[in-house]
Amino acid sequence: MPFRRHSTAPRRHAAGLLVAAAALLLGAGSASAADAADATVSGGGVTLKSAVVTLPSSDRGFPPGPHADAIESNCLACHSAGMVLNQPALSRAEWRNEVTKMVKVFKAPVSDQDADEIVAYLAAMKVDR
Amino acid sequence: MPFNAGRPTTRRALLGQAGLAAAAIGVAKARAAEIALPLPSDPRDRAITDAFPGKRAMILQRTRPPLLETPLSAFNESVFTPNDQFFVRWHWAVIPQIVDVASFRLNIHGHVERPEAMTLGSLLGMRHVELAAINQCSGNSRGLFEPRVAGAQWLNGAMGNAKWVGVTLRDVLDRAGVKSGAVAVRTHGLETPVVDEAPRFMKSLAIDHARDGEVMIAFQMNGDQLPVLNGFPLRLVVPGWYSTYWVKMLSDIEVLDKPDDSFWTKNAYRIPDTPHASVRPGETGYPTVPINRMVPRSWFTSVAPGDRVPAGATLPLRGIAMGGDKGVGKVELSTDGGATWAAAKLGTDEGTYSFRRWTAEPSAPASGSLRLAVRCTDTDGRSQPSSPNWNPNGFMRNVVETLDLPVA
Repeated sequence: MPFRRHSTAPRRHAAGLLVAAAALLLGAGSASAADAADATVSGGGVTLKSAVVTLPSSDRGFPPGPHADAIESNCLACHSAGMVLNQPALSRAEWRNEVTKMVKVFKAPVSDQDADEIVAYLAAMKVDR
Repeated sequence: MPFNAGRPTTRRALLGQAGLAAAAIGVAKARAAEIALPLPSDPRDRAITDAFPGKRAMILQRTRPPLLETPLSAFNESVFTPNDQFFVRWHWAVIPQIVDVASFRLNIHGHVERPEAMTLGSLLGMRHVELAAINQCSGNSRGLFEPRVAGAQWLNGAMGNAKWVGVTLRDVLDRAGVKSGAVAVRTHGLETPVVDEAPRFMKSLAIDHARDGEVMIAFQMNGDQLPVLNGFPLRLVVPGWYSTYWVKMLSDIEVLDKPDDSFWTKNAYRIPDTPHASVRPGETGYPTVPINRMVPRSWFTSVAPGDRVPAGATLPLRGIAMGGDKGVGKVELSTDGGATWAAAKLGTDEGTYSFRRWTAEPSAPASGSLRLAVRCTDTDGRSQPSSPNWNPNGFMRNVVETLDLPVA
């Protein structure tokens, strides 16, 4: 049954990954976040100041439909739903190509069965309006 | 500071100042904080977001990893794009949210005499250079491709123009001492994939290009340090080339003694090796090359689809143009859908790789519509084509832009 992609359904976040990764990457055994935030480096008349930011997470979910659980549980660890929901109407073959790229090239750990279900979900998804 | 203009004057206000009625139909939606992009088909609605650090009023294409598009109004305000509205595009979701300038290092290694983990202090102590240059995504305007193609569905705002200050990549390479036999310079930044096995984002330039004295490691943008989302503390600036080469949060420079065979150069960001990188939908078997130099483009910034013009009125138009890897030679305007052309007036020349403002004052007809087209020709005589290119990745759009404004 066709369904529409517009949805405000909440979903789980993968924000924990981001926080942990940021700490790992830049903590690097150096100063605390507070100290790092205050650091400056100057030279040649230019001063750079450390940056501490928070990137937002998305609360946009996938609309309900057959196999919505497959796309919800597999795809949102690496990217938010908006990238998918903003796509134009694509054919089943085009969606298959995208899902295959995610798995084969970008190494998303998705089972063959889940990949089939994700393609089925996307091919049935109606472009809003 | 000249680059950060105050609150942008709206397009509607500009037309109003000229004594013209303007009804924005189909562009600005009634709901606040949302915009309908004039794409060929749905979905067109996007949120306007202030949620990202150092950014305001951006068109939200994707939250994570961030894809933020610059609204048209920013290009109408200034030849330089304000840092807080400069477009954002990341490949992978693991982006540092703390960058400590004291512990940051730029690693230079590979086929060099003196590998080094450079501090920012050392880099800032080198000779500074300044250059105005446009940073444009390979897939800018992908949303306008027909047939539609998968990918980020940008309108025209996956680009920006800035004054960059930094040091030349050549000076940094010379300091490390490039060994004979070097063929390429590969760079990457601090962004990493969520899945370890995925290919880390990296790009390479031929050694002669890397050492041309124009490719820059920038630490300032329009007079300020770079926003985190534009690559703080360092990003590569590759004048005249598409943004894929402008590596953000640049942390690693590796000199190679053999061609780069990594994914992002060998397999991704490739274009058909055909005129205008164009093929027929469904066509296969054509040769491809890495995307490279940008091509001429021009846009209207003071009017947009849905605007109306009064019969017979003189319409003060303005817009921007770029030559690509050459300067802007001329910009021409057509008011009859491309049958005849007249030169537009060019604004200040900020350099070969910068946007150039243009203005013109066409008259609206008594009835029907004003059928506008704008065309840029670079200093080598190459003009924008009159029919759109097409390729499956949605790269390198540069067709003459047209706009039909109904007479009110």
